Amino acid sequence: MTALEPQRSGEIRIPRASPISQPFWEGCDRGVLPYQRCDSCSKANFNPVYICRFCTSKSLSWHESAGLGTIYSWTIAWRPQFPSFATPYAPIIVDLDEGYQMISNLVGCDTEEVHVGMRVSTYFHRVADRTLPYFTPLEISRGVMFGE
Amino acid sequence: MGHPYQNVAIAAGFNTKQARVLEGHTSLSIAIEAALGVMESAGLTPADVDGVFGEFAMDLTYSLGMGPVYASSPGIGGIPAILDAANAIAAGHCKTVLLAGGGAGIYTDRSAVAPWTRVSHEFVLPFGMFTALEFAFIARRHMTMFGTTPEQMAQAAATIRNNGHVNPEAVFYGRGPFTAADILSSRMVADPFHLLDCSMTAEGGCALVLTTADRAADLKLPPVYIHGGGVDHNGPSYQFPPSFDLRGASPDSPPNGYVGRRAAMRSFAMAGVQPSDVDVCELYDPFSFEIIRQVEAFGFCEPGEGGEFVTNGPMGPGGALPLTTDGGLMSFSHGGGTVQLLQRVIRATHQIQGLCQTTQVPNVDLALCSNGGAGALFNDVMILGRTRP
Repeated sequence: MTALEPQRSGEIRIPRASPISQPFWEGCDRGVLPYQRCDSCSKANFNPVYICRFCTSKSLSWHESAGLGTIYSWTIAWRPQFPSFATPYAPIIVDLDEGYQMISNLVGCDTEEVHVGMRVSTYFHRVADRTLPYFTPLEISRGVMFGE
Repeated sequence: MGHPYQNVAIAAGFNTKQARVLEGHTSLSIAIEAALGVMESAGLTPADVDGVFGEFAMDLTYSLGMGPVYASSPGIGGIPAILDAANAIAAGHCKTVLLAGGGAGIYTDRSAVAPWTRVSHEFVLPFGMFTALEFAFIARRHMTMFGTTPEQMAQAAATIRNNGHVNPEAVFYGRGPFTAADILSSRMVADPFHLLDCSMTAEGGCALVLTTADRAADLKLPPVYIHGGGVDHNGPSYQFPPSFDLRGASPDSPPNGYVGRRAAMRSFAMAGVQPSDVDVCELYDPFSFEIIRQVEAFGFCEPGEGGEFVTNGPMGPGGALPLTTDGGLMSFSHGGGTVQLLQRVIRATHQIQGLCQTTQVPNVDLALCSNGGAGALFNDVMILGRTRP
């Protein structure tokens, strides 16, 4: 059993936001998880897009996700991308309840607890000059939070 | 109408020495060695070449004193570049194409994963992603849907690594033999992938020459023909979640988990053959699970049967369908760039020409080779044959 914890602040390289992703990262700084929804076909789009991937409409609006989702797939990294990453960490693909997927990390439980179908909610974590949208098991996020 | 590649042939394929590190070499210098090597193998000189393709097309054209030539240096290398070369020959743009790749002097900081496996995109990099993790997402879905096991993946890795173990040209020659248990006892890297479920990193160069069938008949080695080919891409690698269920707009397109199915179906249709006609599979092996996925995607077995196919089936120990016979990316070489992509086609070429020093399959009429995988959102296929299509 090994606890999955957020990465230490200030040690992860974070790419610059692009013009279309700026609203997403600004939302994370405020503790919300923005995503785009197509005004024409009403499908959710993520990562941020210039046009709707499903109907090519240019009419997209930013909405705020409730930050609740289900783990679609997961892995545990025991070898870091760069030495600045502390292992183990748990990359996940989350199915957000609003109908889109995103890559994140799961924190706040043990490595052996991660599973497909696990209900999770956002856990915002400040790293360098960016707020990363991590996820944490829903039952834990409603109770005691890790760290002090 | 005849076969689109009835007057196209692969005249030769060539690998330079492959090693963990090739001292003193750069990617271009080893690509030049590969280019000279393949022309020597085929019995050609730079003056015979009127088409240059691949990642070093411009550098090679000037360095070898060629030109003007028909040139194309697509960002997508490997099988698509070879098919583009075949298309250019079939259309009459050129008669003899040189296509080379090289990787050396790139991976120097061993505290991090190899540069070509690092992701740089804003929605994947901050979460510590690298290629093994991207491919692990696909494997996990398959485990969840079908009960595929780490033991089954490990057997695919052991089969390929044992082919490298006996191949003196492989970087990991003599490192085995391996059982599935040996793979499973190596350290965990990206759950469910252990170290030995993953491809290795190395340096090396390789090259191919394609020409008209008429000209190939006069060269030093038996011509090898392109019976079928297909290219399946779903977008840029390592920017978006590599979802098994990612789909395009076309209603009959397979999900990303079976990317490569469309390419394989087109390849088999073009060749007029079916999976059971294939004598040897030189499948791209970035991670052990990708073998299980590809045999399902390409129609060698049904979805969910890939694990059994590579353990107790035709690709298992003692099975009738040899797999990645030089040791592949796991044991032969993995130079980065397009080298290891081209090397699957080179090995298939050598199998048909009967040139393999080890694990030569007797009387190969048809060889299937592939590039890519679902974790990278692409999977390309070629079927090569001994007879003119």
